[in-house]
Amino acid sequence: MPEFIAELLNRNDIFTASTIMEYWGGLVTTVQLVFLSLVLGLILAIPLAIMRTSKNPLINMPVWLYTYVFRGTPLLIQLYIIYYGLAQIEGIQQTFWWDIFREAFYPALLAFTLNTAAYTTEIIRGAIVATPSGEIEAAKAYGMSWALRMRRIILPSAARRAVQAYSNEVIFMLHASAIASVVTLVDLTGAARNIYSRFYAPFEAFIFVALLYMALTFILVFAFRKLENYLLRHQRPVSG
Amino acid sequence: MIDLKGYGPALLDGAVVTIELALLSLALSLTLGLIGASAKLSRSRVAIGIATTYTTLIRGVPDLVMMLLFYYGGQVAVNNLSDYLYDAYGVDFFFQFDPFIAGVLTIGLIFGAYMAETFRGAFLAVDSGQIEAARAYGFSRWRTFHRIILPQMLRHALPGLGNNWQVLLKTTALVSIIGLTDMVRVAEEAAKAERMPFHFFIPVAFVYLSLTAISELFIKWLTKRANVGVVQGS
Repeated sequence: MPEFIAELLNRNDIFTASTIMEYWGGLVTTVQLVFLSLVLGLILAIPLAIMRTSKNPLINMPVWLYTYVFRGTPLLIQLYIIYYGLAQIEGIQQTFWWDIFREAFYPALLAFTLNTAAYTTEIIRGAIVATPSGEIEAAKAYGMSWALRMRRIILPSAARRAVQAYSNEVIFMLHASAIASVVTLVDLTGAARNIYSRFYAPFEAFIFVALLYMALTFILVFAFRKLENYLLRHQRPVSG
Repeated sequence: MIDLKGYGPALLDGAVVTIELALLSLALSLTLGLIGASAKLSRSRVAIGIATTYTTLIRGVPDLVMMLLFYYGGQVAVNNLSDYLYDAYGVDFFFQFDPFIAGVLTIGLIFGAYMAETFRGAFLAVDSGQIEAARAYGFSRWRTFHRIILPQMLRHALPGLGNNWQVLLKTTALVSIIGLTDMVRVAEEAAKAERMPFHFFIPVAFVYLSLTAISELFIKWLTKRANVGVVQGS
């Protein structure tokens, strides 16, 4: 760390080097947790969304039930059920799963992944359902099989329609990840809570962390705007 | 019927707290949303600036962080105020900032920002000819608002409003973190004491699920009512 920054930090009562490092650790945890749960959630959501659009009730009803339950209950409850519940499963403490789920990170990751997968499934389903029928007819006329149609026509066209709603979901997930701090994880909010209780300085601790979240949010908004421009560039007006 | 180990009444009380919290926050957020939307559509630059800052700030910060700031910061602020009042004017006054108040303020403030966006869109959807006609009949601004604009904008606002309400309802669970004894808090304590997490959290999840299901039906009914007389394209 450069000298002048160290000196500046030493003159500050609350934002010392160790506090900044605590926030940094929290930032890393938050970004890891949100990024991993979004990636895993998206991987789960694409097949689930395809199943959700199936006409066979045996395929679409279980997915409907899953998204209904996970979208209809608070994420906090889901986190509590998974965090406290996994430890109660008979015999889990003797298996290798216990090595994974003993730490708070993985139950939180599981809860967030299942939650975001439910919301993302519904977003993608909406986009798939809205595919213009002409596109599908054209694909059929070219003799495309179901799988090829899905991969080449329906999913790419749905991705364009879904990206806006999905960007909201990503930001929602970033904000929702703050509750990881209640299951002893030291994410950004957890770091802020520790610093609050050490210095009894609510304004400094929480406003600083609020600014960090805001910066993350605006970076995401900016990145998604770029992505949207890229995906929808064929719809841009010719002039301007 | 499942055996709740004597926590049944406490859970029921908790559910009532949750519903009270949600309804009060809804009232606050609707008020703030209407004010915010009016400010955004006004001609005053200051009003537009304040409203835009408000909605942007709220959208950038997690609800839990804001709740912690209000709860812990609110008490410090109130203490400072009462110290100041005592030193300067000799007024002895103390006010306990409880989690319920912090919860209503935070949730109301957060969803006020979302409501403002919803209402703004809905205001804009009302045909300007309707407002001009009201003016021509000599309606005052207030009368124009509650006789002409409000009934027509409701139709456009309802889908967004319904969504916001569903999210708000689930956000109330967060208030258990700052110590309000709502049903989530009771369930958490019971689950820890009895070492039976599924036993207590799943019924609470069902209460939330039924609250969202009932709201969904109610919103559907309201939408149907608000759309009476509107010819819908197929």
